[in-house]
Amino acid sequence: MTGERSAVVVRDIRKSYGELTAVDGVSFTVAEGEFFGILGPNGAGKTTTLEIIEGLREPDSGEVRLLGESPWPRNVKLLPRIGVQLQASSFFEKLTAKEQLQTFGALYGVSPGTAADMLELVGLADKANEQENKLSGGQRQRLSIACALVHDPDVVFLDEPTAALDPQARRNLWDVLRAIQERGKTIVYTTHYLDEAEILCDRVAIMDEGRILALDPPAVLVRGLDAPTHVTLQKGALSVVDASALDGVEEAHENEVSLTISTRRPAPVLSALAERGALDGLQVRAATLEDVFLDLTGREYRA
Amino acid sequence: MTAFRTLSLAMLKGFVRDKVTLFFTFLFPLMFLVIFGLILRDVGADKTKIAVVGDGQVVSALRDSGVLELEQYNDVDAAVQKVKDGDLPAALIVRGQQLEVRFAQSDQVKSATVLGIVNGFVDKANVAATGQPPRFTFAAEKVEDASLKPIQFLTPGILSWGVAVSAVFGSALTLVSWRRKQVLRRIRLAPVSATSVLSSRLLVSTGVALVQGGIFVGIAMLPVFGLKLSGSWWLAIPLLLLGTIAFFALGMLVGAFAKTEEAASAAANIVVLPMAFLSGTFFPVEQAPAWLQAVSKIFPLRHMNDGMLNVLVRGKGIEALVVPSAVLIGFALVVGFLASRVFKWEE
Ligand SMILES: Nc1ncnc2c1ncn2[C@@H]1O[C@H](COP(=O)(O)OP(=O)(O)OP(=O)(O)O)[C@@H](O)[C@H]1O
Ligand SMILES: [Mg+2]
Repeated sequence: MTGERSAVVVRDIRKSYGELTAVDGVSFTVAEGEFFGILGPNGAGKTTTLEIIEGLREPDSGEVRLLGESPWPRNVKLLPRIGVQLQASSFFEKLTAKEQLQTFGALYGVSPGTAADMLELVGLADKANEQENKLSGGQRQRLSIACALVHDPDVVFLDEPTAALDPQARRNLWDVLRAIQERGKTIVYTTHYLDEAEILCDRVAIMDEGRILALDPPAVLVRGLDAPTHVTLQKGALSVVDASALDGVEEAHENEVSLTISTRRPAPVLSALAERGALDGLQVRAATLEDVFLDLTGREYRA
Repeated sequence: MTAFRTLSLAMLKGFVRDKVTLFFTFLFPLMFLVIFGLILRDVGADKTKIAVVGDGQVVSALRDSGVLELEQYNDVDAAVQKVKDGDLPAALIVRGQQLEVRFAQSDQVKSATVLGIVNGFVDKANVAATGQPPRFTFAAEKVEDASLKPIQFLTPGILSWGVAVSAVFGSALTLVSWRRKQVLRRIRLAPVSATSVLSSRLLVSTGVALVQGGIFVGIAMLPVFGLKLSGSWWLAIPLLLLGTIAFFALGMLVGAFAKTEEAASAAANIVVLPMAFLSGTFFPVEQAPAWLQAVSKIFPLRHMNDGMLNVLVRGKGIEALVVPSAVLIGFALVVGFLASRVFKWEE
């Protein structure tokens, strides 16, 4: 990452609402062209962090540089270069999907035709003339994302863009986001979906209670966790005693339906299982960000 | 500039597609205009009615003149009873050449009027009977006076009120709903000034005010209501625009304080309704007690009313705009400044 220019630099920002510390000393850097994810449960401080970077909120202390400039107080020079999707979708009243896009586009000097084309991108072409309040939750979400992208910004901030989307729409959106990144844009986004972050992000910051607990590429986080891989077999494929005796197995236990083997060296374990022909119902689950979260916070991930 | 135009268009569409707002902007004030216009149509136009028994030259001259309304009775007692009951101010009893008027003592003004009129016709008949040309002649001509038929003061009053209501509600509700729906925050993230956003909304409000003016005046001019515009009616247009700006500013102030749409409309009502009643929307302020007239002078709507009345129906010239304009501009500046002080982008 060194040598590249930074799109976002955050240094030790803090923000309190009365007694409550929403953001408690957060620092990170997002390189230009990077896909950066912020993960964390409800109330972790993700939205507050994003809004401080966008220039919607003033931090109590700390420093933010967005494309080399300070976003606070309202920095009009910066605004055309950033695109923001707020967590709660914001639309003009009684306007259709197309009109919403054209109106937001006009705020940035985008032509109505270009604005309307964005509908295609998020798969809402057939809802162009539907009023915003008649769209489903997921459709509103997609429209809101299109409104954030309408002026082709360099840095895109998306606050839980995939919340409320069905799996198909979610995957379509992933493609859209990847395409944006391929055009050299920077994306900073928050999500509750750990699996999604693992797939999309170059780096993720795991946040809880206003602090960043870990910040790395997802693969590095998972590897660094040194968590065992779980191999699951149909019950009866192998006895617990036999399984425990295999080379590399740390632990084996059984319930009514399956036998689960924990190992940090899955390769020899799997070949031993194959030798014995004990592969019925085989499932291998490597450690995920969820395990990372569990390890960092000592609790199950509660999205 | 395209931002301004597109925003104005977006807000116009939002306005036109909102049935409830349309109702309160156009139909609601019109209902008042129609109802009051019809109820009060004949007030003040009443002719004095008297009872008549018998007929003759004088009576037919009276009838032809139309100065008094005559109710024919066959029986003297019945006619006199009407006067005694207080239903009619006088009874004219004709017995050949002999005319007798029996009048009620309670209403001396009316009685004197009746006596004077009847006397005049008797004298005229006497002169005619001599066959001589009259030595003195007398001509009468109608003069437009300042006392107005109800529709003449109702239209300017209800127009001012309707414009005030829609400007206050329009700006207050837009502001609150945009804040609640985070549109304000989203706009804040776009490279446009708050001024161009506000002025596009103001443009919609002024357009709406002009349409209101056209519709209300147009309907009041229908024969059923019978509004007659003065020659300087067009001076109402600048007044309409200034009024819209002033009340738009008031709505901004209300919207800056109110957290929800419900609170905003309640607050707007609390501000607008008393002002409407005390400013002569539904009755001429001149009929109110002196202290109330003094109090009403603090309301911008009162001055807008006065101005409207003066230019729309009283035919006053541009000088009639001076005070109302000054008050409305001053009000807009002060209230607009306050609103900008308490303005909040988010909840
Ligand atoms: N305007 C505000 N006033 C008071 N407290 C606030 C405000 N905004 C956020 N908070 C508090 O700050 C904390 C962090 O909120 P934030 O919205 O940043 O969380 P989040 O990580 O985005 O959560 P979610 O996943 O639910 O969106 C929460 O405890 C929240 O209650
Ligand atoms: Mg959030």
